[in-house]
Amino acid sequence: MANRASPGDPVVFLRDRTRWQWPEALPWILAVAIFFLQPITLNLGVQILITIIFALSLDLILGYGGVVTLGHAAYFGTGAYATGMLSAHLGWNEPISGLLAGASAAGIVGFVTGWVLLRYHGLALLMLTLALGIMMSEFANVTEAWTGGFDGLSGISIDPIFGIFENDLWRRNYYWYSLIVLFLVFLACRRIVHSAFGRSLVGIRENTQRMRAIGSPVHLRLVTIYTISAFMAGTAGALYAQVNAYVTLDVLSFARSGTVLIVLVLGGTGRLYGAFIGAFLYILIEDELAKEYPAYWELGLGFILVLAALFFRTGILGALESATGLFRRRAP
Amino acid sequence: MFLKAQLFAGLMAVTLPFVAAPVPAQASNEVKIGVVLTYSGGAAQFGEQIDRGMALYMETNPEAFGGHSVTLIKRDSKRPGGDIAKNAVQELITEEDVDILAGFVFSPNAMASAPLATQGEVPMIIMNAGTAWIPSLSPYIARVSFTMWHAGYPLGQYAANTLGCQTAAVGYTDYPPGKDSRNAFQTGFESAGGSLIDDIPMGGPREVPDFTPFFQRVKDAAPDCFYVFVPAGNHATAVIKTFASLGMADAGIRLIGPGDITQDTKLQDMGDDAVGLITMHHYAADYQNPENQAFVAAWKAAYGEDSTPDFMAVGGWDGMAAIASAIVAQDGDVTAEGTMAALRGWEFDSPRGHIMIDPETRDIVMDSNVHEVVRRDDGRLGIDVLATVPQVADPCKALAIGRCGE
Repeated sequence: MANRASPGDPVVFLRDRTRWQWPEALPWILAVAIFFLQPITLNLGVQILITIIFALSLDLILGYGGVVTLGHAAYFGTGAYATGMLSAHLGWNEPISGLLAGASAAGIVGFVTGWVLLRYHGLALLMLTLALGIMMSEFANVTEAWTGGFDGLSGISIDPIFGIFENDLWRRNYYWYSLIVLFLVFLACRRIVHSAFGRSLVGIRENTQRMRAIGSPVHLRLVTIYTISAFMAGTAGALYAQVNAYVTLDVLSFARSGTVLIVLVLGGTGRLYGAFIGAFLYILIEDELAKEYPAYWELGLGFILVLAALFFRTGILGALESATGLFRRRAP
Repeated sequence: MFLKAQLFAGLMAVTLPFVAAPVPAQASNEVKIGVVLTYSGGAAQFGEQIDRGMALYMETNPEAFGGHSVTLIKRDSKRPGGDIAKNAVQELITEEDVDILAGFVFSPNAMASAPLATQGEVPMIIMNAGTAWIPSLSPYIARVSFTMWHAGYPLGQYAANTLGCQTAAVGYTDYPPGKDSRNAFQTGFESAGGSLIDDIPMGGPREVPDFTPFFQRVKDAAPDCFYVFVPAGNHATAVIKTFASLGMADAGIRLIGPGDITQDTKLQDMGDDAVGLITMHHYAADYQNPENQAFVAAWKAAYGEDSTPDFMAVGGWDGMAAIASAIVAQDGDVTAEGTMAALRGWEFDSPRGHIMIDPETRDIVMDSNVHEVVRRDDGRLGIDVLATVPQVADPCKALAIGRCGE
């Protein structure tokens, strides 16, 4: 503050982008309003919050790093299984440390796999992430003694948070728990993408060769953000395991990797808030359609996604942006 | 037009959450039943059979409910993953305030939901999920379908005692019901003096594998009997074709298995290769008892002459009958304890024959029948009953094997 920088100074540029704007309060006001007014069930709300965290983690690598992946469920699933198995096999039932343990496990897996995967790009990377997801799923299927295999991992029992707030049938406590976790994850994401490191990722996304030419350690940067992203995906997975107290192979499925990609693209990539809008709409629509038409809901969902793909090519947020210029400070 | 209306209604539904109305107060003696089935995806055919079985019972036996109105609230469990079914059950309990839960095609869905039945004190009627130890997971679970052991265990004994097989090989789809069925057969077969000479996991349940290498290995081992478990559906047709194309019958090997491989809805696709196949099961649409003749006639009247019910439809039918009987026993004032009391020891003349819910284990007790596939005079494939093992209680729990003993 003491040294007032000139308008062209990069510090001013970055600080300007970091400043909060009033529309950014909207999702949080809405989230609190949902708790008190309950236009949707809190159980559904918790699912939305978890999906937002998962989609945010994908946005870091896809929207900012430009890494297209079809295997992000591998880290979601690692987090879910790690937290679940700690509770089911070792009796580690404390929720917050369990959450961190699951996220860390996913981060470690993300670091190791990312180190190899990110040496590739384009179609090769896409195929490798797909293969990674399938391998993780089969690995969990084979190690049935630990994971419970196809039947799922039962016997998870999570202690009340701080010994007070238990996982009640209506999800009142877990709604707040999930919301606070989301807020912390979001703060971290926001800090990262508006940092110099975040700007270098955008550079890599836009022109990898040039970033190499100016001496940016591309592989290291990508592995770093990939590890952070895996950690956050693991956070979502761990939260999922704690809320449901049950984990099956489904958490590692290709369907989950594909869904989170759809959610993010629907909302808009490279904007962080795209994850909020995408997850909120996708899950609400899916839930309503599945309730009204248990047998045909996929038809309606597919129809809406086709429309979205046709008319909102930059996602809903992208369309809103060009319509109103409301969120002016998008990532270029 | 129908499609258009569906799409329009679908779009309307999207806007609904924003104007969601509060749930109105319920009239007394209206019994709400939450139905959780797979209504979409590859397993929708199973959900449809059970759904139709339930609907048919309600249409043809309106008097069985003693004048009380019954509302079904349906939810799609989508995949076997457990989490979606569990969320559906959660909302059925907390939002819809259902009195009874019913359905459950896949075992993981039933297992994941079991703690909620206990926590919310809502009875749960299992209409398919066949992993043996499910009813032990909650005191509020009763099962009207089957376990893998109802077919595998008696068939093991029948193969050794009646079919004269001294050696057998087992091929199974590598997931829990497959392993369960394999263990059931082995236990029955060895208890009757047979010996198992080979044991082959044959791929996962999602895709139909090429069975040739597995079957060739069995042909080389040359057992007397070859017991195959694959999921109901498209796997079975491939098994029959591969068995025939390798000439295994001529090599003196007899193909046997649980009735899932001669599921009624797939039987006509199998052709001459299936004739002579021996299976063990609790239901076939060809059963000649009066309850089944009435059931199949009503089914064809409702869903078309080409449509046929299978064992899952009977699960839905019998489950609805059990619910009706529990409602009448409590005169419409349904409580969890009252329903479970009415279900324990409940007896019924089902299309599959006489059935009972074991008062101790809350699991089904029923006849297991030896089926032979035959060619009828009109050219259709049919099923004859060669022998009956009367009133089998789940052998896994009776013998306290593995988790069944907990």
